[in-house]
Amino acid sequence: MLKRQPLRKSFDAPAARQRCRRYRRRILDISQQVTALHIAPAFSCTEITDAIYHGLMRGTDHDVFLMSKGHGCMIQYVILEELGVLSREDLDRYCKPDGRLGAHPDYETPGVAASTGSLGHGLGLATGQAYAEKLKKTDVAIHCLLSDGEFQEGSTWEAMMMAANLKLDNLVAFMDYNDFGGLERMSEGHKAFYPLVEKAQAFGWEAVEVDGHDGEAIFDAVISRIGGRPLIVVCRTVKGKGVSYMENAPIWHYRSPNPAEYRQGLAELAAE
Amino acid sequence: MRNRFADTFYELGKADPRLCVVVADISPAGSIARFRQEFPDRFVNTGVAEQIMIGMAAGMAQRGLRPFAYTIATFTLYRPFEMVRDDLCYQNLPVTIVGIGGGVSYSTLGATHHAQEDIAIACALPNMSVIAPCDPAEVEAATRWCAVQQRGPVYLRLGKAGEPDFTSALAEPFRFGKLRFLRMGHDVCILSYGPIMKMAAAVADRLQAQGRSTSLVSVHTLKPLDLAGVAEVLASHREIVVVEEMSPQGSLGLKVKALAYERGASSRIHCFSLRDEFVHVYGSHEEVLAAHGLTADNIMAGMLQDASDHP
Repeated sequence: MLKRQPLRKSFDAPAARQRCRRYRRRILDISQQVTALHIAPAFSCTEITDAIYHGLMRGTDHDVFLMSKGHGCMIQYVILEELGVLSREDLDRYCKPDGRLGAHPDYETPGVAASTGSLGHGLGLATGQAYAEKLKKTDVAIHCLLSDGEFQEGSTWEAMMMAANLKLDNLVAFMDYNDFGGLERMSEGHKAFYPLVEKAQAFGWEAVEVDGHDGEAIFDAVISRIGGRPLIVVCRTVKGKGVSYMENAPIWHYRSPNPAEYRQGLAELAAE
Repeated sequence: MRNRFADTFYELGKADPRLCVVVADISPAGSIARFRQEFPDRFVNTGVAEQIMIGMAAGMAQRGLRPFAYTIATFTLYRPFEMVRDDLCYQNLPVTIVGIGGGVSYSTLGATHHAQEDIAIACALPNMSVIAPCDPAEVEAATRWCAVQQRGPVYLRLGKAGEPDFTSALAEPFRFGKLRFLRMGHDVCILSYGPIMKMAAAVADRLQAQGRSTSLVSVHTLKPLDLAGVAEVLASHREIVVVEEMSPQGSLGLKVKALAYERGASSRIHCFSLRDEFVHVYGSHEEVLAAHGLTADNIMAGMLQDASDHP
């Protein structure tokens, strides 16, 4: 049995908060160059993605981060930029014909583990990846970030069953539980979706629920896992988190801020 | 075909630890069962769940393995279509999708089990290669190619069992993407692929008996199609007969006609395929093909009819 050893025993929460403010500001900057980006879906998973890259992964060339909710990829891009995996030019050319970054991740772009964008694919891919690492007897960990809406796809539950069947303790799923589908709040329109933790447990997973904007809580949930099977961290989040007028406002799934909104957003995200 | 695939895969899998099988609740033929016993970790059964069969195979390929996803042909493509498209083709991963019972070979099971549009659908996908061998020896050669190729995803359409041998004594080897002549003539050329080669060969026998020198060709690679090879056939034969166990939509026959138009070929082209309909007939494979209008008699009659309609 492989034992995954995280690099760090603890997570520097104040440093993480600073990083997350910086990442959100960078995303707002890009929104002034090109309007084709999903800001609110990236802001809801900013702390989750930061905790994975800066707390859990032992280098982007060792462990894997798979962005199953492909429309959240801006947060991944700005982190990869800071890590030097993507360049500033890459982000400057986001969604431009001479660039290589689109509004959904594209496999074989540096740092990108899979082409996603259509929901319900990532956990199946991650299950295959995690199983391959088991067969190869490595200690590589696969981290897969999904939207809560992706758990309405039957394919996600096929993957939930297989990952548990195969006892993939090298697989961690993170659910960005922001409660927003494209049409409405899932808690209002799709009540049979709940409960979440109990459902995952019934499918053979270890499951915990945390505040998805508390990177330390996310980190602790993973390193204190019981193990022996896949783990899902259900992360309660706020769509558009960090900029007051974006929070829980569905229009910001797609919209980009105008100059006044941009300035207000930057002010709200000023360094602590 | 199933057994030859299994024997070949077992032999290859013993030597190459990257080779894996992912099945969706199908009992594997002989040697795959042996592979499962000897290498239980490299045999994954996802149960009645084809989306995860394809998704897992893609993920395994991303991490350096060479998975073969294996189930009944309809279930390999139709249920998990978007996984085939996005996970395998968009990411261009070297996964072989093995579809058992291509065409209407599950002849008693109804159209839920008839892969009658699979070639058209698979050919429509960017990056996908499509192979339909005509006999067990060609299955073996194609499987060996699939295990080592670097192009990307492959749809390997197989029949079931009991297909006669056409190619084991041929001097010309299987070459991916190239036509393969089973017989060489100069008047009529029959192009076919898959188990219906048996019917194509019967038609060739009859034409030959009528004194017409007949070529018989296995178009085992449907994508990429050997355009140069087909153009050469068009240039060197007065009549072309395409016999295929597939829908007329997106068929080889249409592609041959399109190429003939592009090249200004003057050959007469006769196309025989499954009908664009679901037949509610249950019986032997031959009987269900007959219900689609595919018999050697019908092909002979159809060629004559074409000749009198368009003298």
